Amino acid sequence: MNETILRAEKLKAFYVLDLHGTQKVVKAVNEVDLEIYENEVYGIAGESGCGKTTLLKALFGAIEPPLRLMGGKVYYRWNGRRIDARALSREGSEIEITALSPEEKRRLRLEFASYVPQGSMSVLNPVLKVKESYQDFLASHVSGKTREQAFEMAKRHIAELGLPRNILEAYPHQLSGGMRQRVTIALATILKPRIIICDEPTTALDVVVQRGVVQLLKDIQRNLENTIILVTHDMGVQANIADRIGIMYAGKMVEESTTAKIYAEPFHPYTRYLINSLPKFGDKSDREGVPGSPPSLINPPSGCSFHPRCPRAMDICTKQIPGFTSLEADHKVACWLAGDGEHDQAA
Amino acid sequence: MTKLLEVEHLSKVFTLGSILSRARITAVDNVSFDINPAEIFALAGESGCGKTTTARIVLGFEEATSGTIIHNGKKEAKNEKVWITEGIQAIFQDPFATFNPLRTVDNYFFETLYNYSLTRDKKIAIEIIDHKLRQVGLSYEEFAAKYPNEFSGGQLQRISIARALLTNPTLLIADEPVSMVDASLRMSIVNLFKKLKDELEVSVLYITHDLATAYYVSDRIAIMFRGNIVEMGPVEQVLMNPKHPYTKLLRESIPEADPKKRWSKTVTLSELEHEEYLRKGCKFAGRCPDAKERCKSIVPEDVYVGEVLVKCHEYAGPLHP
Repeated sequence: MNETILRAEKLKAFYVLDLHGTQKVVKAVNEVDLEIYENEVYGIAGESGCGKTTLLKALFGAIEPPLRLMGGKVYYRWNGRRIDARALSREGSEIEITALSPEEKRRLRLEFASYVPQGSMSVLNPVLKVKESYQDFLASHVSGKTREQAFEMAKRHIAELGLPRNILEAYPHQLSGGMRQRVTIALATILKPRIIICDEPTTALDVVVQRGVVQLLKDIQRNLENTIILVTHDMGVQANIADRIGIMYAGKMVEESTTAKIYAEPFHPYTRYLINSLPKFGDKSDREGVPGSPPSLINPPSGCSFHPRCPRAMDICTKQIPGFTSLEADHKVACWLAGDGEHDQAA
Repeated sequence: MTKLLEVEHLSKVFTLGSILSRARITAVDNVSFDINPAEIFALAGESGCGKTTTARIVLGFEEATSGTIIHNGKKEAKNEKVWITEGIQAIFQDPFATFNPLRTVDNYFFETLYNYSLTRDKKIAIEIIDHKLRQVGLSYEEFAAKYPNEFSGGQLQRISIARALLTNPTLLIADEPVSMVDASLRMSIVNLFKKLKDELEVSVLYITHDLATAYYVSDRIAIMFRGNIVEMGPVEQVLMNPKHPYTKLLRESIPEADPKKRWSKTVTLSELEHEEYLRKGCKFAGRCPDAKERCKSIVPEDVYVGEVLVKCHEYAGPLHP
């Protein structure tokens, strides 16, 4: 088993909105425990509005109002090079990301963890050539290099990833959506970060282009032997790239296991719906979607938040929130059907 | 059997750039297909392949450069859009953009009924609306006087379908109806199309890039590439046994929800879209693994292989000079 590189404990991140004097709290990430290892692709899946993106923001320490961190901690394990920042100088130790100052966080980014945000096709500055964006990024993160040296570095990196070299001289609008997405991923990986956090990197792309992007991510992961945290609701993409998958529902992690197990023997009724509703080639039998509508995160249902849509809901489901229990060594689930073993009453 | 909709030799040319550097892009190039009553016909392909332009022309939003559209045996007449909208209704991609966020959704329903002179009596209108909403699994009570933001994406898409059903159309044109809907609710929308087809005998032109749902729901499928239909036929044959190299590539590129079936081969991606549009011969020749000399210069003919139409030199037999 590889070493843990990122760990979250009872992470709670809420959006606190003030609307005409009444406070609304959106419980986007509610008590999430997470452990992600080195050299793996960890997939996070779930419907939109279930808190996937917020979880990534909390993990990356990108907390800005109205998002607030209400509790819990995120730890990074830093074994690599030394960064000139006090909190980061303790090599080999765990770093608590939320306790860092903004300057320390900035140094950690791109070199240790990088973030490919949603819709990253549009993050490139439209009035700058791609190479200028690269030079800006490098200038703020690599010290002691001239712009020319930085440009050389960018060129080498682009060539390594098999992208055409002339894209550096192009403006973003001259590139297709898929190419822009790959340019952004290349930019995020130029300093060989240990963790790459990708938020829906293939959504809004065509299937062939999507395959190209997944291919690029796989290649990068294989070469750098680092960790990719991949958020996408597309279970087909997850099956293709992820080593382990966590399923989120209404701000909580409801199931986590290896990819093979999630697809072969899903346990949580929600995961079962997700897997069984996928249309397959060569099988035209009727598929059923999840009944009902996604829950509101302002007023989540009592007990297990899936109980209004669950076909196997029991009495206890409406009253108590199930804890995240281990079924097997590498299969965790939050469901009362898993028996009442070590459910955390307080959760 | 009479066809519900016949599209013949439809073309649409867009001009790009300024007066000095004109480029003509044939977004839809000589496209012909037909739809039978009570049939789901899928039009699939990548973005920029002309599938939405085709739909817009059929709906009358866009004027075709050439070609004819015959609906129920009647030819399209200029300045006469009513036959289109009464018999053919549209469902759009983004349910949130379909409805004005500042108006209640029931407004749209009453308006449609009044505009088509279906009824002016509010009581009858409510009855009709409730009936249509029940067909999509909703009811008037849970819908009246609500704003779009009070519904989920899946619900709004159902409402949008119910609105389209108000005029008792024979054909629904659904442009990527599930791509903005949550994965968990997607199947219920797709199942709804099946139900409408079986119960009301409504045909659906299902435009999508998602071949997996197209396979699941549709009877026949046409694969478009850069303005051309490259393969068309019964869905079972086209997708399970693809003939055109582009269909093969698409079929392989769909991520299957099975961790045992991961991609092993690598793909080459097209660099520039409009270069492919301007290609002289087969538009796929630049990426085709089996491209020959003739593919680069001569446009392939449409050939029938069994029930399936294929636009590829590979199936055209020996080349006649």
